[in-house]
Amino acid sequence: MTQTTAHHHAPPRGFLRTHVFSLDHKVIGKQYLDLALVAVCTGMALSWLMRLHLAWPETPIPGLGKLAPTGAAGGVITPEYYLQLMTMHGTIMVFFVLTTAPFAGFGNYFLPIQVGAEDMAFPRINMMSFWVTLVAFLVLIASFFVGDGPALSGWTAYAPLSAVGKDAGPGQGVGQTLWAVSITLFCVAQLLGSLNFITTTLDLRTKGMSLARMPFSTWAWFITSVIGLIAFAVLMPACILLILDRVAGTSFFIPAGLVISDRLQPHAGGSPLLWQHLFWFFGHPEVYIAILPGFGIVSHILPVFARKPLLGPRVMIGCLIAIAFLSYTVWGHHMFLSGMNPFSATLFSVPTLVITIPATIVTLLWIGTIYGAKLRFTTPALFCLGFVSVFVSGGISGFFLAQPSIDTYLHGTYFVVGHFHFVMGVAAMFGIFAATYFWAPKMFGRMMSETLGKWHFWLTFIGVYCVFMPMHYLGLAGNVRRYSAFTDDYLKPMIPLHQFITIAALFTGAAQLIFLFNLVRTRLRGPKAPSNPWEATTLEWSTTSPPPFDNFGGRPPVVHHGPNEYGATGAGGDYVMQASLPSAGPA
Amino acid sequence: MGKLFAVVVTIITLVSTAIFASHIWWLPVDISAHGHAIDRQLTETMVTSGVLFVLSQLALAVFAWRYGDRRDGRAVKTFPGGAAPMVVFATLLVGAEILALTFVGSKVWAGIYQSPAGPNALEIDVQAEQFAFYFRYAGADGRFGAVHPERIDEASGNFLGLDPANDTTARDDIVVPTLAVPVNRPILLTMRAKDVNHAFYVPELRIQQDVVPGLVIPLHFTATDTGKHEIVCTQLCGLGHYNMRAYIEVMSQAQFDQWLKERAAEQ
Repeated sequence: MTQTTAHHHAPPRGFLRTHVFSLDHKVIGKQYLDLALVAVCTGMALSWLMRLHLAWPETPIPGLGKLAPTGAAGGVITPEYYLQLMTMHGTIMVFFVLTTAPFAGFGNYFLPIQVGAEDMAFPRINMMSFWVTLVAFLVLIASFFVGDGPALSGWTAYAPLSAVGKDAGPGQGVGQTLWAVSITLFCVAQLLGSLNFITTTLDLRTKGMSLARMPFSTWAWFITSVIGLIAFAVLMPACILLILDRVAGTSFFIPAGLVISDRLQPHAGGSPLLWQHLFWFFGHPEVYIAILPGFGIVSHILPVFARKPLLGPRVMIGCLIAIAFLSYTVWGHHMFLSGMNPFSATLFSVPTLVITIPATIVTLLWIGTIYGAKLRFTTPALFCLGFVSVFVSGGISGFFLAQPSIDTYLHGTYFVVGHFHFVMGVAAMFGIFAATYFWAPKMFGRMMSETLGKWHFWLTFIGVYCVFMPMHYLGLAGNVRRYSAFTDDYLKPMIPLHQFITIAALFTGAAQLIFLFNLVRTRLRGPKAPSNPWEATTLEWSTTSPPPFDNFGGRPPVVHHGPNEYGATGAGGDYVMQASLPSAGPA
Repeated sequence: MGKLFAVVVTIITLVSTAIFASHIWWLPVDISAHGHAIDRQLTETMVTSGVLFVLSQLALAVFAWRYGDRRDGRAVKTFPGGAAPMVVFATLLVGAEILALTFVGSKVWAGIYQSPAGPNALEIDVQAEQFAFYFRYAGADGRFGAVHPERIDEASGNFLGLDPANDTTARDDIVVPTLAVPVNRPILLTMRAKDVNHAFYVPELRIQQDVVPGLVIPLHFTATDTGKHEIVCTQLCGLGHYNMRAYIEVMSQAQFDQWLKERAAEQ
């Protein structure tokens, strides 16, 4: 269906309906982004505390003793509090930042506009998705303030540690239950959001917006929502089973005969590996939920600043689909050493390695797009180039971990930490930054400061390499992860490198304050943005900055061109907008 | 700005690669019969993926350097051949690398995890728990007594839940907190977890295995050099995870026999 199925709802009246309980996808998109901003500040603060503790475990952290009197009496972090910080850092970052910002946030704001729709297919469900996500976040944060604190079993919450309740140690009581409730709610929100994205993409495209003419970012959000629909549909029941094990005495993940805290546990018949299979059947696709929107964003933005079409647009979309499909065949590579049948290792290793083929093609297409370009080095362009660099760095180390024989040595070490932070953390964040600098003029009607943006880019780009590259060296030297202190003889020589990483992390984190300042200042009083400041082709640039309530002022656009028409030479400019008339030359 | 980007990316690439190549931080000495195969696999992967890493980063740097917009009215150029060379390059080169790595690597993996321990392997029972390891030798009868979780009693020193009163095979079992093994003899560990997930990792042995409640997981290796090394837990098991470790002592067969006799006398 390519005609617009309009579903008019009138512009809201009153502050609450306009800015808080809004049905407008643009407001909801910004709400998601604001939530992600709060979440990322929280997650980063937690990582600072972790890094300080790892480098100088005995040194009190000023003020922390007051914030966490049990976890860090006198400002010195206890082992259990370290694990709680780590668990919350991972959970907040993966779910409430890397899923919320690039997918739910930017997707919500721009997917409907890019396909020429007035709003999402189901505005009420859209609003509900956001508010359920917010409740999920609040439930998670609440666990800091209960009993003996939040869960400490990591963002992967391996059972039976996560399933047996408070016998398993501090944080494994109410904190772990709240964790499971929070993630269940998050799954509900994401399932509703994914359905909305899929329906909007399939049903609400404006006249002329064929699938082949959809912008790459729309394609990426669409494919991501298909991944999300399947992935969260598995994690949600898994979390519900975990809650039942914890509060209803079931034994889905707990076998018989466990003695914990000197108490024989009243469970029998469950399997710890079942949790791992369910979790990673979600968990690996989740990596692509975090990074595919970044692929789309870079493919969308890079041509704008290269002033030429993306190389191989159909190949790009084919690769995204291939990656999405393969993402469901590889979850066992997280479990090579888990005790599952070792014969299955090759079965999971091969598709993992095969994913590198479409991933390599995608990377080469970006690099090939820069070839012969007329690059404009704006801040969003720099973050796109930085994205390619960190994605290569993080992707390469996947070659090692995909092989069971090498995983025998590297599994559970900092090599893994360096790998996934580069490939799904930093790369995804660079996608988010590129998107923010690129779309801020549209979302806020104001231009962000390029000077501050460039400072932010350079400090962040160099900083992340100083933080995460050394983690690969640590891993090669056998430095295990999830340790709150390095008391083992063989780990003590690594402490100076940990101190270097900590200092780099503090500086890189501080550099984000430049971004925060730039963002807040822009929203309050940046210079007014024209409707198409970057000379881009897609529909969001055909409307005002910011767009009116119904996106196109009552005149749905008609699309005559693909999104990729840059680099033409003509009198007026070097690009053709999607909504330009068919006979029209370059805009 | 493009030139600055090119310079920064090049410096990052060269410095990172130089540190990898210099082995300043590298794997500890290998003391296992199978370890050299893992090390070779890792080195081959390091070289091939290192080449890809350097080439991609440098291509990015060179293009960013060369193709900045100089507002000189020149037209943009398409990559020669379009997307086809990218697809062919990635599919053939990366495909070949995948095939080679899988072909060699799966043999390495199979040698460790898919093959049985040798016929004269020494079997040692391992119990991992919050936050310690216990190792059990079968004693003179060569048989292990059955474990009964409900009989576990730390206070009386019955860490494994043995029942020596009724179970004759359990009476001579030797339970110790240190893993001693004779050099150059296959060792078969049968690993159980008392409470939550743990893992058994000895970097020098190039071996790692999760220990999962409800499962008995076999793991075998042969140590080829004497010495004392740390066993560390690599699966998050609770607040004392960072401190969960034991030692493995590899000794000559004669020393091992003597050690075992002394431990048996202590039980």
